[in-house]
Amino acid sequence: MKILVAVKRVIDYNVQVRVKEDNTGVVTDNVKMSTNPPDDNAIEEAVKIKESGKATEVVAVSVGEEKAQETVRKALAVGADRGILIKADGILEPLAVSKLLQKIVEKEKPDLVFMGKQAIDDDCNQTGQMLSAMLNWPQATFASKIEIKDKKLEVTREIDEGLETIEINIPAIVTCDLRLNEPRYASLPNIMKAKKKPIEQLNASDLGVDTSPRIEQIKVEEPPKRKAGIKVKSVAELVQKLKNEAKVI
Amino acid sequence: MSVLLIAEHNNKELKSFTLNAVTAASQMDSDIHAVIIGNNCGDAAKKLSELPLVKKVIQVEAAHYENFVAENFAPVIVKLAENYSHVVCSANTFGKNLMPRIAAALDTSQVSDIIKVISTDTFLRPIYAGNAFATVKSKDPKKCITIRPTSFDPCESSGGSAPIEKAEPSEEFNNTKFVKREEIKSDRPELGTARVVVSGGRGMQSGDNFKLITSVADKLNAAIGASRAAVDAGYISNDHQVGQTGKVVVPDLYIAIGISGAIQHLAGMKESKVIVAINKDGEAPIFSVADYGLEADLFEALPQFIEELNKLNTIQK
Repeated sequence: MKILVAVKRVIDYNVQVRVKEDNTGVVTDNVKMSTNPPDDNAIEEAVKIKESGKATEVVAVSVGEEKAQETVRKALAVGADRGILIKADGILEPLAVSKLLQKIVEKEKPDLVFMGKQAIDDDCNQTGQMLSAMLNWPQATFASKIEIKDKKLEVTREIDEGLETIEINIPAIVTCDLRLNEPRYASLPNIMKAKKKPIEQLNASDLGVDTSPRIEQIKVEEPPKRKAGIKVKSVAELVQKLKNEAKVI
Repeated sequence: MSVLLIAEHNNKELKSFTLNAVTAASQMDSDIHAVIIGNNCGDAAKKLSELPLVKKVIQVEAAHYENFVAENFAPVIVKLAENYSHVVCSANTFGKNLMPRIAAALDTSQVSDIIKVISTDTFLRPIYAGNAFATVKSKDPKKCITIRPTSFDPCESSGGSAPIEKAEPSEEFNNTKFVKREEIKSDRPELGTARVVVSGGRGMQSGDNFKLITSVADKLNAAIGASRAAVDAGYISNDHQVGQTGKVVVPDLYIAIGISGAIQHLAGMKESKVIVAINKDGEAPIFSVADYGLEADLFEALPQFIEELNKLNTIQK
């Protein structure tokens, strides 16, 4: 069984994001970039499945600028066998990314495609579901547990009401929740080894996919600031303020 | 121009967020048709027809719609979408799971999780977990929009009498089978819609100490929340998690106890109307969003808090 894992390069989750002064986007120059956190869970799960003997190959794929190669390389360092980078510049919407991934799926013919449930930059939560629709494959989104049963997966999904379990036939798409597993750190020897693993580079334009945005980003602004609050000195004062000033209790 | 609204329900009743989605849809176009897909969902369809803003209800029923599998739902909506300019749904797990399948089939770039309708094609949406707001304009002829329910008021729920039309179901998608759903039952208000939320963080130090949070929540008829740190430490189950990777809540009163206020947590609660923070670290970032901050040891402050609440003659429910 072959697993394709899609990974995205995003601003590191510990960085306080700043809006550009001209309101065209957020500051990315000299900002630490990392793998989108739930994509780390996706890679971890794929590698675990391979280690358990149920998969033979894990391929990591990313779409984006040249530097997204670092994100693919990191996936190789935690256990993916080889990488693919689809180079594309500018804003890439999930619809375009899904179309590019569809081309890779047609070429690589994986049994499973894993990715994070959502990217923490644009917060769209679309790519897995869109790819699944394009391929007419089953989808298991927000997965917090995956069990492989012959040609099927039993997946537990995190939904608003609690947990849902579904059974899907392979080939399938799974989007991963942060609760799925605890991603490992890459060891130094594995980081060295990853440098020798192959990364195939392609251009989005060569795949015949039009990636031009359908959504115009008019402006990006700071969210409205909350007005500064006050510090109270005692619990009694707090309760009094909540009762008589804020009138919420 | 008209809007196709996808109703969320449990076959018996409408989910409350459907009402918020109707309000959002009404700001895109006043001609709203609502589609309800399910199994034996006549009662919910009737409720939908009573929403004064809904002009027509389209009811689609089949056994394979019983459990809301997106692979089964999407083809029906894609077919109906021919006649509409907008397809709208709530951005909770139901809508997040479903809408991109519809958008892909329509070759539309979806606009997710909007918090404001600026015009029929322009919307405001948070990005970077609410650390920035983007104004975006959809250039696609058909628009697929998911809305953040807590950013729109619920619509009027009675007085309407829209006609209910039946539409043909599509074929079953055989590669996905529903197995089971484990819903978390509680006597407390639901976290996503509670008027008051009391949340604990890593400062609680143990799951046992969450009893203090429970006592405060009991007094205030509040839902119980938690930071990711508290969930990861195993103090409380993950359905209580508030934040970027948990639930986004907008209560009238949010009380953060022993929560430092990591970016991920703030993203899930900073739109609350009144925020209270109790933390012994006066430099904790949570104080920067708190209307009322109390720098104190929570193990001393919480028993006092309960005592002070007991002294009040009345507490709003």
